[in-house]
Amino acid sequence: MKIFIPTPLRPFAGGKDTVEVKAATVAAALDELTGTYPDLRKHLFTGEGKVRAFVNVYLNDEDVRYLPEKDGTKVTPGDTLSIIPSIAGGL
Amino acid sequence: MLSVTKAVYDAIRAHGEETYPHECCGALLGSETPGGWRIESSVKAGNTRTDSAHNRYQISAGELVKIERESRQQGLSIAGFYHSHPDHPAQWSPTDLAEAHWLGCSYVITAVAQGKATETNSFRLDGSSEESKRFDLETIEISG
Repeated sequence: MKIFIPTPLRPFAGGKDTVEVKAATVAAALDELTGTYPDLRKHLFTGEGKVRAFVNVYLNDEDVRYLPEKDGTKVTPGDTLSIIPSIAGGL
Repeated sequence: MLSVTKAVYDAIRAHGEETYPHECCGALLGSETPGGWRIESSVKAGNTRTDSAHNRYQISAGELVKIERESRQQGLSIAGFYHSHPDHPAQWSPTDLAEAHWLGCSYVITAVAQGKATETNSFRLDGSSEESKRFDLETIEISG
């Protein structure tokens, strides 16, 4: 499956905007990604290994946090995973 | 330096006037050059902070995923974001910095005073991590 890397994380993923991984679940896909590019780990996960609060992970058009099996959701080679840091602010 | 076309520059300022007295927000799509981002287009986004739209903005992650997909199809990257500060200077706020997570990207802020866009500034989110991030004022070059 393809994992789309957002602009700010590309320097930590060899400059790539897309990384192809072979995995059975969302969690396994992220594990393979950070196994290949260890520098990504601290940007994606907390010290406890949870996805950081401001990092959104979407399986196709679905927020993984709201899927019944969350990051245990099974994936197929045609699926895409998007990593999207949040955007907010104000006065 | 942030290079932006006149059309994009005008569009993001006009967006701030349209949504006044609420904050507008959107994404900037472009390509990275040795001198900084070159912005090719902007995409308006909805402000999901309807509870406090006069002083807060947020773009939904679902909309960001769609914007990211569109940028990829155009051969561009999300280079940054823009928003407005109604009746407030075009300077980043502590909230802006705390909520900024796109390292290396540009955050453009337009002050809108009494419904009219005044100053527009761009701040690049520099640093190598959440812990070391900072905003640096960058020159806006308007082309075309």
